[in-house]
Amino acid sequence: MITRFQRFLFGAMLLAAVVMAVVLIRMRERAHDRLIMAADSQPMNTLSTALSTAQVETITLLVANDMDGSLISVERKFPMPKDPNARARVLMQKLLEEYAAPKSTHPIANASGVDEVFLMPVPQQKGGQGEMAVVNLNAVFVQAQPSGIEPETLTLLSMIATLHANLPQITEVRFLVDGQQKDTLAGHADLTRVYLASDTQTAVRQ
Amino acid sequence: MLLSLCALLAVGAAAAQEAPPQSTLPDMGKLPAVPPATRAQVQPQYVVVLDAAHGGGDVGARFTDKLLEKDLTLGFSVRLRQALASHGIQVITTRDTDTAVSMVARGEAANHAMAAACITLHATATGSGVHLFTSSLAPTPYTKFLPWQTGQSAYATQSLRLSSEISTALGHTAVPVTLGRTSLQPMDSFACPAVAVEIAPLAGGNTTSATPLTDVGYQNRILDALTAALTQWKNDWRQQP
Repeated sequence: MITRFQRFLFGAMLLAAVVMAVVLIRMRERAHDRLIMAADSQPMNTLSTALSTAQVETITLLVANDMDGSLISVERKFPMPKDPNARARVLMQKLLEEYAAPKSTHPIANASGVDEVFLMPVPQQKGGQGEMAVVNLNAVFVQAQPSGIEPETLTLLSMIATLHANLPQITEVRFLVDGQQKDTLAGHADLTRVYLASDTQTAVRQ
Repeated sequence: MLLSLCALLAVGAAAAQEAPPQSTLPDMGKLPAVPPATRAQVQPQYVVVLDAAHGGGDVGARFTDKLLEKDLTLGFSVRLRQALASHGIQVITTRDTDTAVSMVARGEAANHAMAAACITLHATATGSGVHLFTSSLAPTPYTKFLPWQTGQSAYATQSLRLSSEISTALGHTAVPVTLGRTSLQPMDSFACPAVAVEIAPLAGGNTTSATPLTDVGYQNRILDALTAALTQWKNDWRQQP
């Protein structure tokens, strides 16, 4: 037999649990909105400010060629920011502009496919050295990416090789799509693994 | 029910009465000495696994509204299986119909077969000729138990040899070949020499025209080359110790 007091206590606890759940969900939504607003506005402002004061430098892009499955080294001059995160993002932007250009050797009809590049130290317990770049692609770019083992692999390798050529401290690269882990880029190349800069050596044409 | 049970008991009792109570064991002292058994030399079976990529809801690359990668790979897999079977090669396929097969199921099919060669078939609209990919996993020594995600690493060297064999055969049929290494599921889980064969349109030199993927003559050249390579691989292949 449940006493009246126990029933009242149970009801009160249930009510408190429901109220807490509603409050937590609302707080989570607000935090998510704040993060999205910050991500949308801050990097672009930071990047444009950094670019306005940057010096023109020679950068090396490893451009993919679909016809022979190679990466070709191409030099371009462009104002580069000092901050490594911003530099990495500019490098990705310039590489994708090459692919979006007419008569590209590796056509991808989207030049703004990289939302952000984050650099972080490689965990020491894994015996790693250098930094890991986390490249956050957007879903629009992934949709524009031609499907196939070769085109997808070349897209990833060219990004990794370009990052490593200009920022040698980057030894590992990981890819996300809209901030989430995705199985493949467009049905083939594995996005669940961490890529090593050394993975690109066989593809680079000397 | 009760009647049938009684009938069964009666039949059993009658059989027990009729059985002769004699021993059938021979006298061991009178038998000639049996020569010691020799270990039979069992040749490992030469099995090829064909993995037609995609299927079901996973359509793969979409070449036109009607031509999908999943259909092209399935059709090619069926024709290659027939060609290999006509050469007396045992073939196991991961799918024979337009059904979705998980990456784990594909890996299980290949690894249970203990195959001599695992060929993953793909198609793409970019590039030219045939793209041959082996796993980008670093080679590791062979062990009895391999991690599922990186099982292919123990076969990396053999996979490169198989890729070279296929590349040579394709060269004989004048199909351009691009060699590469990639990270691809389920290939990275295959515990067998494995190559991903990706068929691309055949670019015609300096002209802008290209032989399409659906060209039967072009497909036949690739089929002949793969059949020749896998027939040759039967002689070159050695199972892991």
